[in-house]
Amino acid sequence: MNAKKWDKVATAVLTGIAGLIVLLLACLLGYILVRGLPHVTWQFLTKPAQTFTKGGGIGVQLFNSFYLLILAMVISIPLSIGAGIYLAEYAPKNWVTNVVRTAIEVLSSLPSVVVGLFGFLVFVIQFKLGFSILAGALVLTVFNLPLLTRNVEDALKSIHFTQREAGLALGLSRYETVKHVVIPEALPNIITGMILGAGRVFGEAAALIYTAGQSAPSLDFTNWNPMYIASPLNPMRPAETLAVHIWKINSEGIMPDATAVSAGASAVLIIAVLLFNWLARVIGKRVYRKMTAA
Amino acid sequence: MANKIIESADVHLFYGKNEALKGINMDFVENEITALIGPSGCGKSTYLRCLNRMNDLIDSAKVTGKFLLNGQDIYAPEMDTVKLRKEVGMVFQQPNPFPFSIYDNVIYGLRLSGIKDHRVLDEAVESSLKQAAVWDDVKDKLHESALSLSGGQQQRVCIARVLAVKPQVILMDEPTSALDPISSAKIENMLLELRQQYTIIMVTHNMHQASRISDKTAFFLQGELIEYAPTKKIFLNPTEKETEDYISGRFG
Repeated sequence: MNAKKWDKVATAVLTGIAGLIVLLLACLLGYILVRGLPHVTWQFLTKPAQTFTKGGGIGVQLFNSFYLLILAMVISIPLSIGAGIYLAEYAPKNWVTNVVRTAIEVLSSLPSVVVGLFGFLVFVIQFKLGFSILAGALVLTVFNLPLLTRNVEDALKSIHFTQREAGLALGLSRYETVKHVVIPEALPNIITGMILGAGRVFGEAAALIYTAGQSAPSLDFTNWNPMYIASPLNPMRPAETLAVHIWKINSEGIMPDATAVSAGASAVLIIAVLLFNWLARVIGKRVYRKMTAA
Repeated sequence: MANKIIESADVHLFYGKNEALKGINMDFVENEITALIGPSGCGKSTYLRCLNRMNDLIDSAKVTGKFLLNGQDIYAPEMDTVKLRKEVGMVFQQPNPFPFSIYDNVIYGLRLSGIKDHRVLDEAVESSLKQAAVWDDVKDKLHESALSLSGGQQQRVCIARVLAVKPQVILMDEPTSALDPISSAKIENMLLELRQQYTIIMVTHNMHQASRISDKTAFFLQGELIEYAPTKKIFLNPTEKETEDYISGRFG
């Protein structure tokens, strides 16, 4: 066979493989959405869960997921930006920074169950935080930090060296160059990475089972004092998230409509993650346009 | 006698063990254009970057020798590189505007030095862009991205950005080599205008450019300064044989 024919064969095979993957994903998404969406109603989204009877909702779990996410991001965003800037702009090339980079890589590929057990031993037991939103947020930080740091570092490094030269040659100090030239240029990519990270955190279950707990005590949505035990904002209360709820219903749910609740919750989770991905694109593009031309 | 603005003597530069500059002695006179010519790798860009300490960014580079700007030691420990680079501006080979609006690009240095008055900034933008011969191209779209401009316009905006900080000396590292002939011609004409207020030192690979616009020309070869003389003399009656060979294209 000649080169032209081989080229055709290769194109066909590669197209087939790509198509297969898309088909697989489409089937999975379709299955979850078709099975789950009919159960998703306003009632379902807002009512608390039921343990023994039909008609429970996921209101508390949904709130928990978002609250936990926000807390985790509040902790991890400043840390990852600081670490990323150091690694990209300041870190000298020596074995210490190499060790740090390797550690970040290893940490980012750690199974989340292991991260969860670590969190259980350190935050829940050692720091005596108990099963709490705070312990959950800390463990999600451990889980997310390596990827976010890597994302910030990559975003900064993708800014061409000539831009830094331009800043320095204009009489900017190194810090000013980073702050006023490099970061604004990298910001769209940084934001995109942060939002994708948020999506990852939102769907995380294994790391939370031992840290944020598996119970969702009923909340008093009229009292927002964070010190009050049933307050939605109390960071020391246990909080089952949506993803943990799905896992729990499927393993030990005894409500009569467990299948329906699980399907509905899964659909909501998938939609939320898709929303995060979509937001990442839209906001990234918008910020880029805003930064590049007033 | 014209005023020497930059003096340098016995300049050596090492990249690790490799000696890239082997004892350069060069002085620059105020309000002149000096062209540095020579084959690739001869050290002319390296020398240029010594003058505003851009080589500081390269860890392996070690510079020795004397550099004076208006009699002040450029490499003195107390010399503030930030201040130095405000006095000695630089334009690079590749146009490197920031991905912001044209307006923001030009006032970048000023805004960071704390100037907030809009009238002052507006005026600086207009005068710098006029000096850089790009005002007519961009006056109606000052708030559009500088990246939307052509390469030649971008380079002139970059020059305006340097002019806005009002340096004494402008270093140019092959400022027109990435541009088309028309843009190059515009920049050359602009440089002749700028000479009245600034001292310009430029690296160029374009002999015609050097002969057209420079007052003095320096020929570098393998880290050494072979000949440094008024441009007419270098091109019509060079003293050294290497210079003559290089200029006449007989370089081997």
